[in-house]
Amino acid sequence: MIIHSLTFYMFAAVAVASGVMVISARNPVHSVLFLILAFFNSAALFVLMGAEFLAMVLVVVYVGAVAVLFLFVVMMLDINFREMRHGALQYLPIGGLVGIVLLAELVLVFGSWAVAPEAADVATIPTPDPTVVTNTHALGSVLYTRFVYLFQAAGMILLVAMVGAIVLTLRQRDGLRRQSIAEQNARRKSDTIEVVKVPSRGGV
Amino acid sequence: MNPLLADYLPILIFLGIAVGVAAAAILASLILARQKPDSEKLSAYECGFEAFSDTRGRFDVRFYLVAILFIIFDLEVAFLFPWAISLGTIGMLGFWSMVAFLGILTIGFVYEWKKGALEWE
Repeated sequence: MIIHSLTFYMFAAVAVASGVMVISARNPVHSVLFLILAFFNSAALFVLMGAEFLAMVLVVVYVGAVAVLFLFVVMMLDINFREMRHGALQYLPIGGLVGIVLLAELVLVFGSWAVAPEAADVATIPTPDPTVVTNTHALGSVLYTRFVYLFQAAGMILLVAMVGAIVLTLRQRDGLRRQSIAEQNARRKSDTIEVVKVPSRGGV
Repeated sequence: MNPLLADYLPILIFLGIAVGVAAAAILASLILARQKPDSEKLSAYECGFEAFSDTRGRFDVRFYLVAILFIIFDLEVAFLFPWAISLGTIGMLGFWSMVAFLGILTIGFVYEWKKGALEWE
């Protein structure tokens, strides 16, 4: 049990430290790399809680795809980050004030919020024993049947995201010569080569 | 100890070894090697010239499109794993709900194919 707590505190400390580094690193690329470290540590925390499927999805999706997207965004923006960061400290008091107000509101909301005891049972499904049913299996047994509408809604959201990304970023440039394989294959020798009988001393 | 976490213990040990080896390499070079810091050693070397401009140039927005399409299909695959594991117990409804999900995403795939989003100039 002591190993469990020690690993928890180690991963949590590294996650928090890398989170701080994300906002304080001077180079934005380093910020993204620290963000990846934070993702890895959160995945380890998920494993410690027994949610191994979530941990693996966090690594696959966030580290594998979202971090790459962030790197692209950081590299795509041609902003002098050093200049931008220059004034960041002078906004610290007002930013901190807004943060404290938000925190106070959250504390007030959660402090005075009473959940009806039977509400949780309506929404949730009893968690199966993790030693008998693996986590991925438990997810799969409810996600596609009991939550089928939510699952289809997820598909719709992904479709909207795909169409939106294409509509926003794709623009066709004019005047490009694209390869058309069908046209290439349809070309015949008779279309392109003509044998001309050239009379001697006559020219073409 | 929890049997699930016992499965992950080797990974933790590997992590510890990796951190140890990395720290040992850095510390050894810090202690054993001679240190002669010079600003020229860190400066960029570009065919004998001083670097002309900043490394950070603008990327084409097309890379972003490819990355976002990759994320979307990555998420689709993430949905496939629990389905594949529990296919025996969820019956026909589970099977066909996944087929419908894949169908929706195939519509998006056909759309991006026809729009030419997968083609590079």
